[in-house]
Amino acid sequence: MARARRQGERSDAARHEGFLRHRNFRWLKVAVALCLTATAAYFLVDVRPRPSGGTWYGYVLGTISALLIVWLTLIGIRKRAYVGRFSLKGWTSAHVYLGLSLIVLATLHTGFHLDRNVHTLAYGLMMLVIASGIFGVVVYAKLPVRLSENRGEMTQRQMLETINSLDQQLNVAAQPLDRKQADIVRLSLEHTNIAGGFWARLTGVRPGDGNARAIKRLGREMRRANKAAGAANLDQIAQLLDRKADALVQVRRHIRIRSVLEVWLKVHVPATFALLAALTAHIVSVFFYW
Amino acid sequence: MSERVRIAVLGSGPAGLSAAAHAAARGLSHVLLEKTDHLSDTIHRYQRGKHIMATPSQLILRSDVRFQADKRENILGAWGQDAESRHVNVRYRSEALSVTGQKGDFTIALADGATIRAETVVLGIGTQGNPNLLTCEGGNLPHVQYQLDDPAEYVDEHIFVIGGGDAGIENALGLIADPAQANIVTLVNRTADFARAKDANVSALMAARDAGRISILQESAPSKVEPGWITIETANGPARLPCDRVIARMGSAPPRKFVESMGIAFTSAAREAFPQLSSTFESSVPGIYVIGALAGYPLIKHCMNQGYDVVEYIAGNVALKPADEPILEAKLKGLPGNRSVAQWLDFLRTEVEILNGLSPLQMREFLLDTEVRAYRAGQIVFERNDNASSLFGIAAGSVKVEVVEKDRSKDVVIGTGSIFGEVGLISGRRRGATIRAGEPLIAIEIDRNAALKLMASVKAARDAVNRISIERQVLTIFGSGLSAADLTEVLASAQVIEVKPDEAIIVEGDESYDIFVIRSGSMIVEKMIGGKAVFLSYVPAGTYSGEMALIDGGRRSATVRAAIKSEVVRLNGDVFRQLLARKPQLMAKMQADMADRRRVNNFIEEQKHSFGGVVDMYSAVAEFLVDQGIGEATDVLIIDETLCIGCDNCEKACADIHEGLSRLDREAGRTYAHLHVPTSCRHCERPYCMTDCPPNAIHRGPDGEVFIDDSCIGCGNCQRNCPYEVIRMDKAPPAKPGLLAWLFLGLGPGPGEPDKHWKESHAKKEGAPPKVAIKCDMCLGKDGGPACVRACPTGAAIRVSPENFLSVALLDRGRG
Repeated sequence: MARARRQGERSDAARHEGFLRHRNFRWLKVAVALCLTATAAYFLVDVRPRPSGGTWYGYVLGTISALLIVWLTLIGIRKRAYVGRFSLKGWTSAHVYLGLSLIVLATLHTGFHLDRNVHTLAYGLMMLVIASGIFGVVVYAKLPVRLSENRGEMTQRQMLETINSLDQQLNVAAQPLDRKQADIVRLSLEHTNIAGGFWARLTGVRPGDGNARAIKRLGREMRRANKAAGAANLDQIAQLLDRKADALVQVRRHIRIRSVLEVWLKVHVPATFALLAALTAHIVSVFFYW
Repeated sequence: MSERVRIAVLGSGPAGLSAAAHAAARGLSHVLLEKTDHLSDTIHRYQRGKHIMATPSQLILRSDVRFQADKRENILGAWGQDAESRHVNVRYRSEALSVTGQKGDFTIALADGATIRAETVVLGIGTQGNPNLLTCEGGNLPHVQYQLDDPAEYVDEHIFVIGGGDAGIENALGLIADPAQANIVTLVNRTADFARAKDANVSALMAARDAGRISILQESAPSKVEPGWITIETANGPARLPCDRVIARMGSAPPRKFVESMGIAFTSAAREAFPQLSSTFESSVPGIYVIGALAGYPLIKHCMNQGYDVVEYIAGNVALKPADEPILEAKLKGLPGNRSVAQWLDFLRTEVEILNGLSPLQMREFLLDTEVRAYRAGQIVFERNDNASSLFGIAAGSVKVEVVEKDRSKDVVIGTGSIFGEVGLISGRRRGATIRAGEPLIAIEIDRNAALKLMASVKAARDAVNRISIERQVLTIFGSGLSAADLTEVLASAQVIEVKPDEAIIVEGDESYDIFVIRSGSMIVEKMIGGKAVFLSYVPAGTYSGEMALIDGGRRSATVRAAIKSEVVRLNGDVFRQLLARKPQLMAKMQADMADRRRVNNFIEEQKHSFGGVVDMYSAVAEFLVDQGIGEATDVLIIDETLCIGCDNCEKACADIHEGLSRLDREAGRTYAHLHVPTSCRHCERPYCMTDCPPNAIHRGPDGEVFIDDSCIGCGNCQRNCPYEVIRMDKAPPAKPGLLAWLFLGLGPGPGEPDKHWKESHAKKEGAPPKVAIKCDMCLGKDGGPACVRACPTGAAIRVSPENFLSVALLDRGRG
């Protein structure tokens, strides 16, 4: 018979705290301790001729930093390999705080020697990776609430289905219209691009949106038709177009927030690989010219 | 016209067909009566290409008709061929209306006016029953049908679907699925809402109506059918509408009435009861035999074996050993005592009190669902907080219950013939105490479903379990120094009450002081503060409520109402006060409990005065969670949407841990105050999915996880029974290349569930796995706990139980 366990004992699945507060800021404490130790050592250790990556102190910091960078990169595999006893939240927490500690560690490693060479390139790339990571942490902290508020209880698929169903209703409602009025509906049906390209997703701005143009033209058409009398289905179509506009606002905002939550990775990840390459060059060249 | 046969078999399903085939093989005069124009209507009605499984695999097939796991078409084809080659005398379109007479001379009246005379009758009519028929004028016209095989068959028709259940809605949606068919479909529903149908079906129907693709007539019923027209009685009066086809899906009448009309007795009035049968399947009417699903055996192989066996019995071979003999032998091997299977059956049946009322046949079937175990003296049977819901009966020896944790001196002894483990069975909660064998013990472990079936069919067993369980539960809860003798009077006053969801057992301000023990389900405690009902606390099964008014006197200080369907035991307050007066220890314990509860209540009340908004939020969040079924959950996935970045890593982890299929839908589900309850299993205390699983494949694991084992036959009952729609029917996708191959070489679809296109293009041509029921198993047996939570990068996903989560800790959330 299996050993009895109390609820939650099997894992810490019931622990309710975000990745930044994970285990009461355990990794923040580790990172701060690491930075303080390195900084104190920098001032206490009198290295000759002067502080640089080439001293024993520099080598120690350099080795630690290089190993950290490799370990930080491994989160890409860790987050997709689901087997084993681990918590990705813990990894994320450590990734953030230890990643930030590199600002101090690597800077001390340079001994404040920056120049136009492969060594400084590696340093610069690392700073770029960290900067994009900080952006990522900020959006992770701020955007989820807005994502949640915008979607209510709708799923992305339901948002798209709503638009689809409005399109079908527009199509039916447009059947009795004359050519000119039908063209207005076709603007909305055929020239509305829900997601759009990279910039459109990220900014939410869509110049020349078919549905918006259709609403504008329908307004003019209704004023004209009212004078001429016989605005048969136009009221219904105006309502449908408005509902579609609302649905588009919601889904586009959803897509925009999700894009922002991901876009920084498009800098963070390629810059990481560039960093690994530059780091390799840095290490090889250092040993080559030793 | 009247013919006379030795055996008349009603129903040509697996049981009936097998019986008729064996009668033919034995050269007995027989007739197989089938109401439709094809064999085995229930299986005929399965969807096309459905894979039918042949469980239990260890049971050998004993039948003159072939059967092995295969596609529906192949199985039906083989049965048709065998019926022909074995010269089975089938009479189609022969619905029996009545069976009269006695053994040796029964008369069966058929719907077409013919009568058949038979010496014996075998009922193999299953449990599906007959569809409720359209009783209005013209209801018998040929364009009125009760089934829809292939919605794609009909083009350009005016079709009326009658009935607002899932079957009717699914048929109607099927008919409009392809606009090119241009069917004009109207759904007619007797009531104003679709209370019986699933939410997903109703919302799909409403969307179709809003899109103008279907018309719905509510509070309406057909009053007349004519060729080309139908008259509907609507809320606004009658309407005559063009109509080419009527599909009536108005549920079906269970066959019990028909069976009882022959004089056959059932084991109880309960809905799930079966006919009383002897060990040779003979009912209480001599000469009428009952086999198959109607006899309580839902699996095809059982049914076919019984068809064979019943004909042997009728032919006089009563010494025949059932086909399950080897299974029972294997089950009982290695136990002390050197008894044969028959002796074991007899021994268990006579020794264990709750099994006394079983017939030898029932005992035999019953043993298949149970385990008989032997324990050394002192060996642990189960431990406190184990998660299991089986019931144990003591056939020999005794057990000791460790009532007070880690104090063996207070152990209580339970002797031979009695039961233990009943609290877990009734409430679905963890074991309340560790149990050890006192003397060398032989116990029969009865799993939850078998125990519930036993209680439903044998009244004596039900009464015994209830009596013992109430006594023990009251003893466990009030504990301290009480013995069963002290409780005699209190228990005599006990009343078991079923409480509907939201119904109150205690109303604030009332002058009453009875005390309530919650047997199953759970309660929430609310108090009116500043004109609003404020959630105070959550009371799970296995605890009690109502002590404040009892001890302090005065009016009820809060309302206690059921979070879900519950069962409570009401104990008379006056009698209980006398007990308290005699037992100062009990008084002290209850006063301590009360002080604890009062402290929580006062805390919330104080907060309400200073931080009204926070308490309102807390109260609203708690109510929301209870509405979402947390009250009956044991472990539920909750996503804190202030942290969720929508990466779906939880779903991907779930799929990759479990053969490529995700068991949760993160985005779907309800949200309140950024707390999102995704579509994912809650591991209910009394799981709905378990209620009707033919191969008994759903179990509760050691950590409370409700999981489905490999014996699933893919029938879909659990999916239909689950009110939270968290079970999917699907087949495992083909294996994909590893993570590194994807990461570095771009091979395969990557982490998570592969998309439909990849699954289809990589599916094996032959030997594809069958569709089975898939649900969350809380990563049973996997290191580190549930993968969804482990894989969440931000800590948004958590798994909680109601006791831990529905507490004042929620107040902190409201405060931000």
